[in-house]
Amino acid sequence: MAEMLSGGDMLIRALQDEGVEHVFGYPGGAALHIYDAIFRQQKVEHILVRHEQAATHMADGYARATGRPGVVLVTSGPGATNAITGIATAYMDSIPMVVISGQVPTDQIGTDAFQETDMVGVSRPVVKHSFMIKSAEEIPSVVKKAFHIATTGRPGPVVIDVPKDTTDPTVFAAYEYPESVKMRSYNPAEKGNGRQIRKAVKALMEAERPVIYVGGGVVQGDAWEPLRTLVRSLGFPLTNTLMGLGAYPGNDELCIGMLGMHGTYESNMAMHETDLILAVGARFDDRVTNNPAKFSPQAQVIHIDVDPASISKIIQVQIPIVGNARLVLEAMCEEVTRAFGQETSEDKLGREDRIARWWDRINEWRGQHGLNHELEAVPGDPILPQLAIQMLYKVTNGSAYIASDVGQHQMFAAQYYHFDQPRRWINSGGLGTMGFGLPAAMGVQMAFPDEVVACVTGEGSFMMNMQELSTCLQYGLPIKLINLNNQALGMVKQWQDMQYGGRHSHSTYSDSLPDFKTLVEAFGHVGIKVSDPAELEPALAEAFAPENKNKLVFVDVWVDPHEHVYPMAIKGGSMRDMVLSKSTVQDAS
Amino acid sequence: MNRRIIAVLLENEAGALSRVIGLFSQRNFNIESLTVAPTEDQTLSRLTITTYGDQNKTEQVIKQLHKLVEVFKVMDLCEGDHIERELLLIKVRASGAERQEVKRTADIFRGQIVDVTPDTYTVQLAGPSEKLDAFLHAVSETAIIEVVRSGVSGVGRGDRILGV
Repeated sequence: MAEMLSGGDMLIRALQDEGVEHVFGYPGGAALHIYDAIFRQQKVEHILVRHEQAATHMADGYARATGRPGVVLVTSGPGATNAITGIATAYMDSIPMVVISGQVPTDQIGTDAFQETDMVGVSRPVVKHSFMIKSAEEIPSVVKKAFHIATTGRPGPVVIDVPKDTTDPTVFAAYEYPESVKMRSYNPAEKGNGRQIRKAVKALMEAERPVIYVGGGVVQGDAWEPLRTLVRSLGFPLTNTLMGLGAYPGNDELCIGMLGMHGTYESNMAMHETDLILAVGARFDDRVTNNPAKFSPQAQVIHIDVDPASISKIIQVQIPIVGNARLVLEAMCEEVTRAFGQETSEDKLGREDRIARWWDRINEWRGQHGLNHELEAVPGDPILPQLAIQMLYKVTNGSAYIASDVGQHQMFAAQYYHFDQPRRWINSGGLGTMGFGLPAAMGVQMAFPDEVVACVTGEGSFMMNMQELSTCLQYGLPIKLINLNNQALGMVKQWQDMQYGGRHSHSTYSDSLPDFKTLVEAFGHVGIKVSDPAELEPALAEAFAPENKNKLVFVDVWVDPHEHVYPMAIKGGSMRDMVLSKSTVQDAS
Repeated sequence: MNRRIIAVLLENEAGALSRVIGLFSQRNFNIESLTVAPTEDQTLSRLTITTYGDQNKTEQVIKQLHKLVEVFKVMDLCEGDHIERELLLIKVRASGAERQEVKRTADIFRGQIVDVTPDTYTVQLAGPSEKLDAFLHAVSETAIIEVVRSGVSGVGRGDRILGV
């Protein structure tokens, strides 16, 4: 006979049965039955945050780093609405997440009760799906469905809204966790169409100037291994989106760097000149394509994506392949091997010659305007933010988990920290959520207590969720924060410099910034401040030194406040239209 | 800009309809008309949505509808032979000479008079939207008191079936 449990206990038991180890949350009236159920068990660890937004970002960071869904628990009303920004962040980047929100009792719904918000309604545009619990009996099956939906197909956040009466500790119902899910209306794509794959491989074999363009789908879809095999067997240049960093080793010679608004010169030039794009798990975001009408004018496009709606949404695709990136790429690797086997030696020479000539052009671009990764620390000069990232890479041997916030520092981190492994780069790409970095890093550290986790942030972003320093102390999360402090909202200021005649409307606050070292110390952590390039490497070395292994260290790096991120796409142009430095801004406008 | 009629089979669950409607506003798609009611299978509702858009836009509408977890099946009725019908209930002033005129016009359009008062007629008319438009055009504008249109319902002809 099935076990009889209260709704609150069922919910937590279902999480246990789902293999959930961590729940990030904040209690409140409507969620108290659930919190009591948490108290009476040991298997699921709850992490008490200081603000619900941070709980969602923690769960998000956890999910990005592990590939397992992040779980959030909040109360009704303000608890639920505070979670929205984090849910939207996960939605835009297709991150698996399950958010459980308390709700007022069923008989009070719609009466404007205390702390009542229509969470299903408020969250609707930013969730993959949502449920409202109608009775305790349905809790196990709803939880099972929620995790299934969050983690399959194109992943995303799922909300479960739980009216308080359905978790009543005095009402019991039969608990049985379903083994599997069957939903006639939900059947995400799996294998790609074989004919389309063969057609794609034929195009790859004949291409003259191909580019492989990969996005977050390769990371989230655990498709990096077949991707590596495919890229290496073809010898084609590969560019990644901001979300795709680490999908392919950043230091590999076939990787030509990030593309798009702040992508490398060689990537953007190659994208403009290419005759064949193989897009994998990327969605032709406006920050990539610039003006879609001028995008890659000579290119035929192959697009692999698990979400059919991403295909031909922005750019018309000639060879669409709907399916799981890993399965499609595996099939493609086999097909390429077969095609190689059928090639005459003449064909082979011709193909290799075409690709070699293409590489000559790319290398020429790289030589002309590629990023300089050998910056020198000149004592007495202002610290270049790029130098700080270069040093961070050196000090951490390029193997740290790097969470970032949003703005110039994010772009510098993306450009200068060569991600060789997937799931190491944790950033809010789609929504661009400032305040994401610290809590996301905390989620990563919760998942991997022994790994080095750094957060590259800016003083603007950091101040949006700095209350979580208290959570870090409570749970002993030894995150290393690298604060690229330019005393301004750097990216806003850069746009104002470039497009608004240098009028810095509400982007500066240098006279009112806190002393971050003292602030961090007040929270019980270690603070270091540096303003000279000569101090930079020792400061970072200290932050990552063994004696600080178990401590949160905040390195406040005062960087050159005038520095801009380059290259930068020229608005309305094609991908080859870029501003490359301050001295070329004039020519570009 | 083409007019499209999209038929949708939707799980008959609370909140499902709001997701469909929300999708249209969220993605900047327009809804010209929308009809919805449960089918013979009480677990499914059938929607007919008319919308305007070019080929790409319509494709996106259909793909995005498919993505909704509660959407079971979607079909663009305009991609093949189909039948569309709309119901019109119209209350018109009908006194004096007008009374005969309204009756004659209703007859021509094969409408039925379903309610009568000394001064008004209420006419019921079913057909493709254009026929309803034509009838409204035929009745003098000053005579119209109230117009109720159901929105389009549609079904594919013959073998074109949207079912379980």
